Amino acid sequence: MRGLVVQQAGPAMALQDLGRPGFLAVGLTCGGAADVRAVHEGAALLRQSPTLAVVEMVGTGGTFEATQDMRIALTGAVMTAQIDGSAVAWNASHALPKGAKLTIGPTRSGTYGYLHVGGGFAGEPVLGSRATHLSCGLGVLVMQGDVLPVGPDKPGDVGMTLTPEARLSGGTVRVVPSVQTEDFDAAIRQRFENTEFRRDPRANRQGIRMDSDGEGFSNPKALSIVSEVIVPGDIQITGDGTPFVLMAESQTTGGYPRIGTVLPCDLPRVAQAPAGADVRFAFVTLEDGAAIQARANAEQAKLPGTVTPLVRDPATMQDLLSYQLVGGVVSAMHSDLDEGE
Amino acid sequence: MQTAQIIPTIRSVGLNGLLVTFGDTATDAANRAAIAFRSAVDAQAWPEITESSSTLVSAFFRVDLSEHGFDGLRDRLSGILDGQDWTSVSLPAGRTLWTIPAVFGGPRAPQLAEAAEAAGLSAAQAEADLTSARLRVLTLGFAPGQPYLGTLGEAWSIPRQVGLTPNVPAGALVAAVRQVCLFTKDTPTGWRHVGQSAFACFRPLSDTPFPLAPGDEVQFTAITAQELARIEAHNADGGGGALSEVLE
Repeated sequence: MRGLVVQQAGPAMALQDLGRPGFLAVGLTCGGAADVRAVHEGAALLRQSPTLAVVEMVGTGGTFEATQDMRIALTGAVMTAQIDGSAVAWNASHALPKGAKLTIGPTRSGTYGYLHVGGGFAGEPVLGSRATHLSCGLGVLVMQGDVLPVGPDKPGDVGMTLTPEARLSGGTVRVVPSVQTEDFDAAIRQRFENTEFRRDPRANRQGIRMDSDGEGFSNPKALSIVSEVIVPGDIQITGDGTPFVLMAESQTTGGYPRIGTVLPCDLPRVAQAPAGADVRFAFVTLEDGAAIQARANAEQAKLPGTVTPLVRDPATMQDLLSYQLVGGVVSAMHSDLDEGE
Repeated sequence: MQTAQIIPTIRSVGLNGLLVTFGDTATDAANRAAIAFRSAVDAQAWPEITESSSTLVSAFFRVDLSEHGFDGLRDRLSGILDGQDWTSVSLPAGRTLWTIPAVFGGPRAPQLAEAAEAAGLSAAQAEADLTSARLRVLTLGFAPGQPYLGTLGEAWSIPRQVGLTPNVPAGALVAAVRQVCLFTKDTPTGWRHVGQSAFACFRPLSDTPFPLAPGDEVQFTAITAQELARIEAHNADGGGGALSEVLE
C-alpha cells in the first residue's frame, strides 16, 4: 500500500481538511484545519487541490517512513524537520524517497503545523470529509503504528518554497460587528478594542481563551439571550466576562453573547498565536471587512504563482556532502561546492 | 405568553451569512416562524445561499458576504418576510412523526421525581405529560443531530439545576425551560435526566446520519427498563425501537 508508516506520534496529530460544510442545520459544525491558510499553502507547494487531507500537528510532530517515493510539504507552525537526519526547510516541498525517514520535532513558532503529501492522505471520507472531529466521534488521533494511506500523486516539483503570510506570533486581528455586538455598551466595546490580550494556554480546536488584566467584558444587557447560531471567529463573552474566540470545532449554537466576529482571513493568526502571545482586536465595518476578506481570497487564489525554488545557500546547508549536486545550474555555477568551500 | 406582534430583524453574522430573527424570547410561535421562513427561502434556491439552518427563534442563511453584498440580500429577504405573518404559516409538508420508546424514572432516568417536584407535579403526572405531548424538533444543535424538543406546558418552565450532573448518557431525555433534549452522546448537563431511550441521534456511518430534522414531531412512549434492555441488545443501527411516519 502507498502510505506513510507512523513510527512515532506526537500527542495531538490528526487528519484534517477543509471540513464538512453543509450540516449546520443538523447540529454538526464544519470543523477542519485550524489554520486553513496553511492548507492552501501546502496545496500550492505541491500544486494540488486544497481539498486533499493533511496531518495537523500540535506541539510536536512524529517520525514517518514512506512505503513508496513521495512528495511532501511542511506548512503552518514551524517545527524542526529532518529527512534521514538532514535538516529540511519548513514552508517548502521535499522528496521523501521510499524507506526514507521523516522526523518532525518540536514547534519553534506558532501552534498548528501541517504535513502534506503529494496525492493527499486517502482513506474513506465520512460525510464528505476526512477531517477528524473528536468531540463528534468522527475520526481518531494518528497513533504510533498507523499506516496512513496516501492517494496517487502526479509527477511534480519538489524543493519549492513560498513565503507564508506572517501569522505565527499573535498581533492585531480584525473583527466585524455581529448579531449581538450592539448589546454591548459602546464603552465596553471601546475598552475591548483597547485591551492587549494574551492567548491563554487553555485553548483547543473548539475555542481559544483570551486573558487580560483588569475587569471583564460582560454586559448585563447581553446576559440573557436566546441560544443562537455560532460561526467560527465569533468572540464569545462568558458569564465572568472572559472572551473566547470560537474556532473550527465550536458548537453550532450557543447561549453566550458574542461581541464580534474575527474575519476568516485573520483567524489563522488567532489559531497560531502561541500561549502568552499578545493579541488585539480591531473593529472594522462590515463593508471594510468584506473588502479585506475579498482581497485575501484573491491573494490566496494566487498562492501557486508565488512558489519558487528553494535557494540552496551553502552557508545554511547543514550537511553539505549529503546533497547530490548532479548536473544542473547549481553544480555548474559552484564547481568547487562539493569540495567543501 | 406569546406576543401577537413579532417584528422580525435581519442581521449579518460575521461575514458568514444573514440571520432572520423572530423574537428575543424562545416562544413556540417564533420557532414555527423560523422553520417556515427557512423552508420558504430554501424553496427559492438562491445561488448565493450555500446552506441554511434554523435555531430556536431564527433562520440562518449562509452567504459569503465578502462576495455578495449584505444590503441587497437583506432587502430580498425582507421582501419575502413582508409577504405574510410567519407565526401563523403552517409548517412545511413532508416532516416526520417519530414515536420513540423510553423509560421514565427509576435507575435509568433518576431525576424524573426531582423534575416533577420542580414542576409541581407527581412523578406519574410528569410521565403522563412527557408521553402525551406531541413535541416538535425546535432545533438541532450543541451536538450533531441532537434535538431540542418543545414546547411543554407552563408547569415545565423549570430552571436548570445549579450544579452539573457530570455524565448523562447518550439517548437520555433531559428536561428544562419547557423543553426536552435527547442527548446524542454522554454529556455533563444542568438539565434533569427524566427519561432514557436507545435512540441514536447521530449515525455517522449510516445512510441517514441525522435521523431528525427541525420541524419533525416526536411522541415518547413509556416502556419498562427490561424492554429498554431488550432494545439495547439489538440496536446496532441506533434505531432504538422508534417508529417513523411521514406527516402530510
